Amino acid sequence: MSESVTPGVHVRQPPNRRHVMAHLFLVALVLYFLVPIWWLVVASTKDAHGLFSGTGGALWFDQNLNVIANLKELFTYNGGEYARWLGNSALYALSGGVGATVLAVTAGYGFAKHRFRGRNLLFALLLGSVMVPLTALVIPTFVLLSNLGLTDTIWAVILPSLLNPFGVYLMRVYTADAVPDELLDAARVDGAGEFRIFLQVAVPLLRPAIVTVLLLSIVATWNNYFLPLAMLSTSDKYPVTVGIGLWSQLASSNNSGGHSLWSLIIIGSLVSIIPLIIAFVSLQKYWQGGLSLGSID
Amino acid sequence: MATTGQTAMPKPPREVADPGRPQRSGRRKKTGRRSVVGWLFIAPFGVVFLAFLVAPLAYAFYLSLFSKGLATGTTFTGIGNYVRAFTDPDFLGGIWFVLRFSIVLIPLQMAVSLAAALVLDNLTTRLAKFSRLMIFMPYAIPAVIGALMWGFLYSPTFGPLEGIFSLFNAKAPFLLSQDNVFYGLLNVVTWQWAGYYMIIIYAALQGIDPSIYEAARIDGANARQVALRIKVPMVSSALVLILVFALIGTLQFFTEPQVLAPIANGTITPTFTPNIYAFNLAFSYAQFNYASAISFALGIVVFIVVYVFMFFTRKRGSVLR
Repeated sequence: MSESVTPGVHVRQPPNRRHVMAHLFLVALVLYFLVPIWWLVVASTKDAHGLFSGTGGALWFDQNLNVIANLKELFTYNGGEYARWLGNSALYALSGGVGATVLAVTAGYGFAKHRFRGRNLLFALLLGSVMVPLTALVIPTFVLLSNLGLTDTIWAVILPSLLNPFGVYLMRVYTADAVPDELLDAARVDGAGEFRIFLQVAVPLLRPAIVTVLLLSIVATWNNYFLPLAMLSTSDKYPVTVGIGLWSQLASSNNSGGHSLWSLIIIGSLVSIIPLIIAFVSLQKYWQGGLSLGSID
Repeated sequence: MATTGQTAMPKPPREVADPGRPQRSGRRKKTGRRSVVGWLFIAPFGVVFLAFLVAPLAYAFYLSLFSKGLATGTTFTGIGNYVRAFTDPDFLGGIWFVLRFSIVLIPLQMAVSLAAALVLDNLTTRLAKFSRLMIFMPYAIPAVIGALMWGFLYSPTFGPLEGIFSLFNAKAPFLLSQDNVFYGLLNVVTWQWAGYYMIIIYAALQGIDPSIYEAARIDGANARQVALRIKVPMVSSALVLILVFALIGTLQFFTEPQVLAPIANGTITPTFTPNIYAFNLAFSYAQFNYASAISFALGIVVFIVVYVFMFFTRKRGSVLR
């Protein structure tokens, strides 16, 4: 295309060289972003000896692979507490994520498609609340919930996770675009009730945004550390993030047999990141488009 | 806004359906019924919003107005805790650290994510698609795990640094030592979030109508000019969004230093960032009143910084357009 405007042969060369440069730049970036994950994969196959003085160095496999034994120890150590932490993480992330998404979808739809008294004021309030640092709320929420006797229960983690003002904002922006008013009016003329219209007309049109908000909410809850760390005190309710944090504290203060815990932390970290990586890779086509929503305004 | 514009417009299907009906009363009736329904749609979120945002904020403010002494019990001290916080060298030191950290971190993160997004936007190869996913991947990894992984890589026992540096007969730096911990953390956070920001910018770039580039090329613009003069200004709202997110996130810095503290040999102190300080006040010293004041004061600082930032970018954004 550019030849038609700029005459000459040498114009075609720069784009090619640029492509090579661009790909080199990408390879360098990918290496940087993958190095820690690569290290984790390699280290989780080593036994304690290989970890400290292995034959292949820090970034390559040791001569004897110990991955099965490591996995076995991970799931049996201390009465299998790691498996329980994984289960807790799944419970918190799914219930918090699904709940937050349902609330975001209904509220976003209400803001986008219904006119009611105080709507603009409420929406302004919502936008302002996106700026409230959520971790600053953790300690007050802890005191509040401890007055109700709810701390150190699963509710202390799940209920605060339902709050996702940014999700509401995303759903509102998306709904305003994706659901035509004419369609809703037509359904009303046909005599459908408002909630049926929402479920059968609006929700199917909102699917990409729903998947995005769901994924973001699940990630936020699964990855959360501060909230469960503050709320929970018995280790059998910990999610995997707090559990591994506890192990690493024990290991660095050498409270439980020194380096055997390090190899558990390493393989435990690897196992804990697998579910979300699978979710992101398999749901690519939804979230890659959905993430641009916030910047439409 | 969109709804107001559309209801003012005549709608063909409805007029065909009931042409004789006076429009005004019909619309008002509908709005009245839908008004209640609108509230019902907002209500479930509203309850959570009140219970876990408004109530904790109000309660934190209430708590922060009291002090608890061993001998005196709980007494009303008004703004006493805030006077104490804003003269407390531990709190101010933490605020100073997170501000300094944001000022270095955010431009760095923006540069990495914007450069990656611009490069990816030009390419459609399989390698580019793969890279996009890989650069994004750290977002799916919990901050705790990300911090631990880098902690291992930094560590002289587990990490490769010692081996690499010994090839050049040099001594490897420990990135969590007093002098280096700033950079060590900078690297962890950039690694964790740059990919997420890259995807947001990339998605915004993909949304631009390509005919604009064609027009620019006909006008003789080269690739760099297209990138800097057209693409960057056109995704400026995505950039502002990211900046605000990064700012809010960094000022609340907690997880990474908290996780790395045990292996950092004491360079990450219990007052390292305001959030760590508040956490330790609450859970190590049971000073919930003062911890609430610190949390609230941090919230105020975040709000002011973000507001000032939005004010400046809004002005600049309008110049760009």
